[in-house]
Amino acid sequence: MAHLLEVQDLVVKFGLRFGDLTAIDGASFTLEKKERMGLVGESGAGKSVTGFAIINLLSKPGYIADGRVLFEGRELNRLSEEEIRNIRGNRISMIFQDPMMTLNPVLTIGTQMVETVQAHRKMSKSDAMDLALDKLKKVYIPSPEKRLSQYPHECSGGMRQRIVIAIALLTNPSLIIADEPTTALDVTIQAGIMDLLVELCETEDMSMILITHDLAVVSQVTEKIAVMYAGKIVESGPTDDIIQAPRHPYTRGLIDALPGTRGSGSRLYQIPGMMPTLMDIPPGCAFHPRCSIRTQRCETETPLLVSVDDREHMVACHGLGGDV
Amino acid sequence: MTPETPLLDIENLVKHFDISGGLLDQLRFENGRFLRKRTTVKAVNNVSFSIYPGETIGIVGESGCGKSTLARAILGIYPPNSGRILYNGKQINGISHEAMLPYRKKMQMIFQDPYASLNPRMTVKRTLEEPVRFHRPSLSSGEVADKVAQVMEQVGVDPKWAGRYPHEFSGGQRQRISIARALTVDPEFIVADEPVSALDVSIQAQILNLLMSAQAERGLTYMFITHDLSVVKHISSRVAVMYLGTLCELAPTGELFKSPRHPYSKALLSAIPKLGDRTARHIKLKGEVPTPIDLPSGCVFHARCHYAQDICRRATPALETVGDHHYVACFFPVE
Repeated sequence: MAHLLEVQDLVVKFGLRFGDLTAIDGASFTLEKKERMGLVGESGAGKSVTGFAIINLLSKPGYIADGRVLFEGRELNRLSEEEIRNIRGNRISMIFQDPMMTLNPVLTIGTQMVETVQAHRKMSKSDAMDLALDKLKKVYIPSPEKRLSQYPHECSGGMRQRIVIAIALLTNPSLIIADEPTTALDVTIQAGIMDLLVELCETEDMSMILITHDLAVVSQVTEKIAVMYAGKIVESGPTDDIIQAPRHPYTRGLIDALPGTRGSGSRLYQIPGMMPTLMDIPPGCAFHPRCSIRTQRCETETPLLVSVDDREHMVACHGLGGDV
Repeated sequence: MTPETPLLDIENLVKHFDISGGLLDQLRFENGRFLRKRTTVKAVNNVSFSIYPGETIGIVGESGCGKSTLARAILGIYPPNSGRILYNGKQINGISHEAMLPYRKKMQMIFQDPYASLNPRMTVKRTLEEPVRFHRPSLSSGEVADKVAQVMEQVGVDPKWAGRYPHEFSGGQRQRISIARALTVDPEFIVADEPVSALDVSIQAQILNLLMSAQAERGLTYMFITHDLSVVKHISSRVAVMYLGTLCELAPTGELFKSPRHPYSKALLSAIPKLGDRTARHIKLKGEVPTPIDLPSGCVFHARCHYAQDICRRATPALETVGDHHYVACFFPVE
């Protein structure tokens, strides 16, 4: 069966006066129906840009320079603006970090929800209101009837994020891209939102791409992970395999650097240095200046993402031959 | 935990903020009469605890629970409405500016956002020299420069970059500079308010390691404020849990994470995402955090508590001991 989403050798560039910067350099992954995938990495790794590229929402000067994005059999990056609008916000919905930026502060929640429905469906206002009410119930908003006539500022942060999720659900999308949906929220609220997203994927037959820097969150809610570093996927595969036996030195470093994995008060593992900016990505393997197992080969030759277990666990590292 | 005398004693600290605005904003028309109403945010309510020399006390709680206000009140940035703050047994709140000066040198603060807490128009050298010159006017410029170079070395910023401006550094480097600024005056007590929350995981580990080694080398006492419970678990020796301006539990770190006794601490700890643990189930709390403008009667947590009974609505539980150095403010501490 065809994949729900297939990203092939995606290259995203930002055209600047002094030349093009490569933000995503050959990312490939697939997503099946009802599957949940985590896109993990630190600031500037290219996670969000990947999310935007999928729904063709890169703002200038960003553009897809190469590669294909196939969704339900259609090549999204070849569609006209008109055609993509039928998919974006309809078949694929996106949720962002800050719900206050997503919601319009001067419109009631009901108005915003009706607007979204009517942008994609021919539906009367009262039918759209009923649909909105139904979705608000799905995300467990207390007294949903009252919320419809309220403004975003009357709701708490967690409530707003639930409303944003309800809006994303209005068109019964088959894929939801959640970009750091809980980063701005407190842990107790975060746990509730994550539970909700997982539940909705199950009950509404949705797939999810969860973009986050939080490995712990990803490890609890996704089936597979792609770890990004400086615009490349450096490791991907089933979540449990990667969390329990990470093979790329960067992934291992990230996991070891998490407080709580070693004894309290002990020195945390630290990856030396910092991620390069797009302007000075090192030649060869982009991670080599920070890597503890680098060889001369890493400085010149870019490693390819290859399978390490004859299955789905893929790693891009020259150091895999030996004891890694 | 420590039999020695505390470095800091906080006694019944209360900090309320008046947000009622001008006289016209305060006027309300009710039942045919004009009434003047004041609105106050009750940020910190009757908090008492001690901080012992050499320890790291972690303050955790969700946004708006008053943890930063508590820290700022202790440092004298916000004068408390009532209560006492004792440093080595001497009261430091409500004293004159001059009398406070020596304590300001002993107590320093590191902030969350290294982009906002460094003056963009000052070179690193000026930023770091300013507190030394202010607190130790007797030092010659040579000695000041030496001091700054030595501290920069310690925090891992090459002293030859001293002439640069903050924008030339990354977030992690800037946080190192903020730490250096706090260390230049050789403080005894440092409040770190979410010092790693704005940083990526790999940089976060570098900064936490730096804070721990600075503590080991200089015998510092830390008050570490964060919403990230895994960070607190790693770095603190004791943890205080706050909810809506109230201290609800205070215990040695291992003890708290193993057996939290306050229903709120229990729910909070259960919500920490754990790496690779899919079976983890968190405790769902009822409703949302009430506003600190209208505090609930009795125990501030009662409306969301699964164990609440009549008495919780009427009376405020005091912080009482339930074990070795383990304190809980709850009428029915959970087992």
